[in-house]
Amino acid sequence: MEIKKEQNGNALTLKIVGRLDAGSAPELSKELTTSLNNVTDLTFDLAELKYIASAGLRVLLVAQKRMNKQGSMKLINVSEAVMEVLEMTGFASLMTIA
Amino acid sequence: MEKITVEAVVENLQTVIDFATEKLEARDCPMKTSMQLELVIEEIFVNIANYAYHPETGVATFCMEFEENPSAVSMTFIDGGKPYNPLEKDDPDTTLDVDEREIGGLGIFLVKKNVDEISYEYADGKNILRMKRFF
Repeated sequence: MEIKKEQNGNALTLKIVGRLDAGSAPELSKELTTSLNNVTDLTFDLAELKYIASAGLRVLLVAQKRMNKQGSMKLINVSEAVMEVLEMTGFASLMTIA
Repeated sequence: MEKITVEAVVENLQTVIDFATEKLEARDCPMKTSMQLELVIEEIFVNIANYAYHPETGVATFCMEFEENPSAVSMTFIDGGKPYNPLEKDDPDTTLDVDEREIGGLGIFLVKKNVDEISYEYADGKNILRMKRFF
């Protein structure tokens, strides 16, 4: 997995490339604990995320819980395979998907 | 029957997945099904790696067996860790909103959603989880 960051004032876009699985989720989790300070508008660009497992979902849920307190969060460019997992777990209705 | 035994650590996840996807491809399993089974394998293997032998480590064995007419794959995970029946865990309530949703319980739920049959047995000091998926 690779994380591409783009910060614009209080808006942060994280492009997640590759696989968000049990091996890579801790890295994203770590990134979020350090880079969300003062962020009010968080976007995950998932165009190049081809696989997500429960470890990845947990990180997204933690991020959503945090952003509900300090701003908003959205997922963009979600692939069909990832969308299927989001729908199965009810995450699709829990999160803003644009 | 095809079988692989590895030390149950997250670092070995890819080895098990590569083993499985190669066999699934050889049997012309559709790509979409193969990806769903990859998710199933990850969730079970990671559970074993994180909890079965904690704080020690041990091995996990993964077996695959194919059937034809209709096409199906049976997958079995065996570990010698603490007795644990993942099927006893309640499914997460997927209708709750963000603040009420718990961080966890999603893995086994995804497994159940992506297989057609699943059963658990504890025998001879081993956890045995059997799953079947038609394709």
